Amino acid sequence: MEDMYEVVKEYVIDEYVEDDSEVTLDTPLISGGIVDSFSMVSLKRFLENKYNISIPDDKATPEAFDSVNKICALVKECIG
Amino acid sequence: MAYSDKTRGMYNDILYGLQDAGLFKQERVIHSPQAADIEVEFPTGSSLKKVINICANNYLGLSSHPDVVKAAHEGLDSHGYGMSSVRFICGTQDIHRQLENMVSKFLGTEDTILFPSCMDANAGVFEAILTKDDVMISDRLVHASIIDGIRLCSAMHDTFKHSDMAHLENKLQLHHDRRLKMVITDGVFSMDGDTAKLDEMAVLCDKYDALLFVDDSHASGFIGKTGRGTHEKYGVMDKVDIITTTFGKGLGGASGGCVSGRKELVEMCRQKARPYLFSNTIAPPVVAGVIKVLEILSATTERRDKLESNTEFWRKGLTEAGFVLKEGDTPIVPVMLFNAKLSQDVSRDLYQEGVYAIGFFFPVVPQGQARIRTQISAGHEIHHLEKALDAFSKVGKKYNILGKAKQEIIEMYGM
Repeated sequence: MEDMYEVVKEYVIDEYVEDDSEVTLDTPLISGGIVDSFSMVSLKRFLENKYNISIPDDKATPEAFDSVNKICALVKECIG
Repeated sequence: MAYSDKTRGMYNDILYGLQDAGLFKQERVIHSPQAADIEVEFPTGSSLKKVINICANNYLGLSSHPDVVKAAHEGLDSHGYGMSSVRFICGTQDIHRQLENMVSKFLGTEDTILFPSCMDANAGVFEAILTKDDVMISDRLVHASIIDGIRLCSAMHDTFKHSDMAHLENKLQLHHDRRLKMVITDGVFSMDGDTAKLDEMAVLCDKYDALLFVDDSHASGFIGKTGRGTHEKYGVMDKVDIITTTFGKGLGGASGGCVSGRKELVEMCRQKARPYLFSNTIAPPVVAGVIKVLEILSATTERRDKLESNTEFWRKGLTEAGFVLKEGDTPIVPVMLFNAKLSQDVSRDLYQEGVYAIGFFFPVVPQGQARIRTQISAGHEIHHLEKALDAFSKVGKKYNILGKAKQEIIEMYGM
């Protein structure tokens, strides 16, 4: 099975990083200005499609999407 | 007293913080009408200085055009100073309807609704038209007023990388299941001066059954062969569903804006757009002025043609002098300096040389992309541009940046 952390990190880099900035599992994505809150929706939809889950809107907060580690924790919670 | 010393201190701390961060905006007071030659008091209290203005949105040089000023005077005499009302109560005059019809004809659209500003048009249009079942997909560099309008709308929102059509297509596929999809872009991007690829966007919108929205504030009146805008330049006059634009730039420079496009969408704005419903009607003299502007621009392309040749002259001059420019063919010509302090120093020195041009740096533009944004006008004569080029060359030489590539400038001054 693909490493979820690598999959999410790769998506974030491909989707949001437009220079050579490094992204680690703990890099602050939203509070660090890499992902703006406007663009979060595509990340949410990507995760829902990829892992066949539904992320409730009240859990899809900027805080919950603020790093690859936090995103993966949320996905695991939704997978159950 | 509710406004305590503690409260005052809190706000002062915020304002000092802006000053410390170099983000505090200082207004320069102009004592003359808007034109190529202006008289400026800066710093406050200093004697007036005559300078060439090279940073106004006065693209067509109509802000102080005698025919426009005369028309505004006549509108004041015939229709009064104000209407003391919103449009739908008792604020719609014959000239408001006349202007809406003229804008529709000029832009080649079905209908038009006036707003107090294009900021208001962008703030109101999305929530009037879209619902939570829809999606808005916007270019990542759209104007702040569009971002605010998107925030006020309940529809889902997503973005695509600037001018990246493959990425836009991915997003249209991702959101295929939404009731309506709207692709949102500026026609001309105000900081870089580049244009949206409306021909490619129109094809994608057709393919994925999406609406196409363009803010043409930095285009109306002069982009395209007859100045209709970006949709004319790209040959998609009938493919854009909504255009918002301003009368505060090329089209006279006073104030006001509009939503123009499919008649049902315009009617939805008339019924539901809150900045329209709860703001006063545009003042009669301003309406009369814009009507005259459209008459001038419909009669001849002389002014946009002059703007085009002035822009070519200016770009060529700066390139030959050895500056690094953003590529493009619009009257927005960014002179790239990369370093924020350098952009401020160059702006200050240009002012001393009699040229008024402003430096832009983060967060207005991305980190490491500081610049002087120059804006050319049909109101400039060649002697203005020659003098401004001399000033740029003198200041560029002082900072040793002429003929230097991006990396060399960054090595000298940092990002």
